[in-house]
Amino acid sequence: MSSETADSAGTSEKRGGKAARIRELMAAEGDAVAENTRGFNAGRYESTGRLDDYEELKAEAREIKEDAIARLPELIEEVKASVEANGGTVYVADDADDANRYIREVAAEREVERAIKSKSMTSEEIEVNEALAADGIDVVETDLGEWVLQIADEAPSHIVAPAIHKSREGIAELFNERFEPEEPLETAEELTHFAREELGKLVEDAELGMTGANFIAADSGTMLLVTSEGNARKTVAATDTHVAVAGVEKLVPSVEDFAPFAELIGRSGTGQDVTSYLSVLTPPVNSPVPDFEDGDSPLQNGGSDDREFHLVLIDNGRLAMREDAELKETLYCIRCSACANSCGNFQSVGGHAFGGETYSGGIATGWEAGVEGLDVAAEFNDLCTGCSRCVPACPVGIDIPWINTVVRDRVNRGEADRSQLDWVFEELVPDEEPAGLDVGARLVGNFATLAKWGSRTAPVANRVAGFGPARAALERVTGIDRRRDLPAFSRESFVDWFERRGGARVPPERATREAIVYPDTATNYANVDRGKATVRALEALDVHVRVPALPDAGRAPLSQGMITTAEEAAHDVYAALAEEIDAGRDIVVIEPSDLALFRREYERFLADAAHERLAGASYDVMEYVYGLLENGGDPEALRGPSGLDADPGVAYHPHCQGRTIGVGEYSTAVLERLDYDVLVSETECCGMAGSFGYKSDYYELSMDVGEPLVDQFGGTGRTVVAAGTSCGEQLDSLLGTPARHPVELIAPR
Amino acid sequence: MQAGTTRTFLDRLDSLDVAVSEGTPDACASLIDAAAGDPAIGTPLDIPGATIPDRVEMEPTVEELRAAHTGVTAGALGIASYGSVAIESDRAGTEPVSLFVDRHVVVMREADIVPDMADAFAWLGPRAREEDIDVILATGPSATADMGGLVRGAHGPKEVHVVLLSEKDSNDNETMEADDE
Repeated sequence: MSSETADSAGTSEKRGGKAARIRELMAAEGDAVAENTRGFNAGRYESTGRLDDYEELKAEAREIKEDAIARLPELIEEVKASVEANGGTVYVADDADDANRYIREVAAEREVERAIKSKSMTSEEIEVNEALAADGIDVVETDLGEWVLQIADEAPSHIVAPAIHKSREGIAELFNERFEPEEPLETAEELTHFAREELGKLVEDAELGMTGANFIAADSGTMLLVTSEGNARKTVAATDTHVAVAGVEKLVPSVEDFAPFAELIGRSGTGQDVTSYLSVLTPPVNSPVPDFEDGDSPLQNGGSDDREFHLVLIDNGRLAMREDAELKETLYCIRCSACANSCGNFQSVGGHAFGGETYSGGIATGWEAGVEGLDVAAEFNDLCTGCSRCVPACPVGIDIPWINTVVRDRVNRGEADRSQLDWVFEELVPDEEPAGLDVGARLVGNFATLAKWGSRTAPVANRVAGFGPARAALERVTGIDRRRDLPAFSRESFVDWFERRGGARVPPERATREAIVYPDTATNYANVDRGKATVRALEALDVHVRVPALPDAGRAPLSQGMITTAEEAAHDVYAALAEEIDAGRDIVVIEPSDLALFRREYERFLADAAHERLAGASYDVMEYVYGLLENGGDPEALRGPSGLDADPGVAYHPHCQGRTIGVGEYSTAVLERLDYDVLVSETECCGMAGSFGYKSDYYELSMDVGEPLVDQFGGTGRTVVAAGTSCGEQLDSLLGTPARHPVELIAPR
Repeated sequence: MQAGTTRTFLDRLDSLDVAVSEGTPDACASLIDAAAGDPAIGTPLDIPGATIPDRVEMEPTVEELRAAHTGVTAGALGIASYGSVAIESDRAGTEPVSLFVDRHVVVMREADIVPDMADAFAWLGPRAREEDIDVILATGPSATADMGGLVRGAHGPKEVHVVLLSEKDSNDNETMEADDE
């Protein structure tokens, strides 16, 4: 017993440390990160919206990456031959040390005293600056953001805009302190001009220029560099030794394959249609090397024959990732930063919290797990809530939340340690999951069991849930924050209510359609009203409705990385529904996160045909109502707005996962069809994201992520609606008024 | 076809704040003269009938490169939908002359404008394989947002000026297209 107490105290301490770190980062960097990332994200919507063939380009980009990674060993051999034919050298480095050893040898041979660099995350990954500096070489970052960080001795907080966490004032202070200019620098123009001049001098006597490469064509040895400042151009043009450092996954077959990426990368990342410069180089480049030491020398005399080119391709775990069925998709990543910018949590904390040794944002979990190892990925993997807003943003269609789920599952298994087993919760843990699973994760993951138990003992359970000392104990053991309201369980479940009322009121022979309303765990045990409203709304539109008892869909366990449990849930749900689908019945789902499972994640668990049938027969309740109205259903049978002049209208927050599967807009459409005035939120995710915001580590972060909703909805007096259970809880916490499911507005009383 | 492509190209350049002068090749020298600041350096254009004014130093020293306000170079290709121009590196120093200056004056032929990005890479592919070419697809001036606000003119030019040459008057593009394709 005593060891258990010590364990839970230790866990609770660890939690406190994490919360403190997040709080610190939110205070110091949160505002700058939020402003920049939200700007990039809005820019992405605008810029990709201008493309007529956005989805086609994404599909093309994805196909090129799939093919390239499948043929990677072959492409490596091909690029070796083509670069060598061009007069360059290719070195495939096993790991960071191997790469650095090679680059140091090149630098020593060329008697390099100064190396200039353009921005390259891969060079950050191998920490080549430190390796060269150890040999006495002056390494200068020429990307202005990287240079700021080099002076400040800080790490990048974003993979594309590395100094995103620094404000203009902060940079001015840094420069004024370090360089003591005659006139203190203040504006962005002054700072940029100053940096250009200072770096211009350093560029002139550099011997080695190091770049990354966004893409490399195997058949010609041509590389594509995506930049805006012009520093990558100078890095190559001004030095006679060009070292390009790139992960092996950057190879594509041909220059023609660059095209879709050239159109997508800037739009997806910072919302620019294209960046100022796309350097398409087949090095060694055909350009004179200016002899800056001899000003009178003609530029044209600068011999380009002396140019050397070294392509250093980095493995560092990538070829093993290629063999890993789940992590492999990470290698399709083009490092555009869309997953960071579209992420509610990233917008609040930035890459210093939501990142590992090198990479940051949603996809960083895959990179860090593959390059550094599971333990590094485990440090920030929790910050992916699975909201899935990065999925449609990713230009190569990587299922980033899935990679995070897989890593969480592996972390759970890796951390499994019998001594941490807490007997109180043991019965809640399915046998298939590792026993050492964090108690909080297990509790949340087994929400279905908890909810059933809570509903049976509702008066007691609800009283305990609201009772101070009990909540403190719950927080200590499980990490569920005491500032959160716990779900209030209903004494009568949705399924029981339906049976008690005598079942369906529209008989099949009089019905336009037959539907099974899926009694998801939240609706069935806690949020019964929206279930009742669904039944009333569908019956008003002449649907024969049934509400059979059905298994939990597995969203909660999946969010905790309990993949085995979630997969079993998928099989159970499908088994229970298969015959209904065979009979031509529609499956109507109230909770968007469960519909998202049926349509998205179940694809990984069920046989293809089974998934297609379930996904094809399932509807979001508002999508279903929309379809009924479109097919002649009578809108008069539903409830419209009050009709009062003073009616302030509706404020609607679409569910994150609902948006990703494309059903978020049906609520707006139905409400507007019924003459409601609808204000739709512009926030990617409310911040609660299922169970995330319940955890005491993340309570404050979760509230910060939801802040834009307060800005948009607060004080409008509008009726707040949201389809997700957890969105409703969050909106209640943020705005102080409970949110309702949209179907509760439109269902006849 | 080409008229619509040119229109798109000009619209995009306008949205990028890139100045444009249009004319026939025999007007090239005067268009460059009006567009270029001082001192100006340049590299050969290789466009039939197009010349560069005498005040542009065509064989600059490194010191002249350092001191130059304007660099005049040819543009090998234009991409209409993005307003991008292709700058091809060569031994004469087109890359540094277009880069280490405050203003880049790009001289190109209307006939070399292609509609879209994919056309540009279709043009680049064979030349990359056969000739090892190095090309910068430049869209507007260099820029950075790293210093707490968007600034034009980071390491590269602050301004770009396109001199667009066509055989006929710009109102009469249809006949030119027939000659060209």
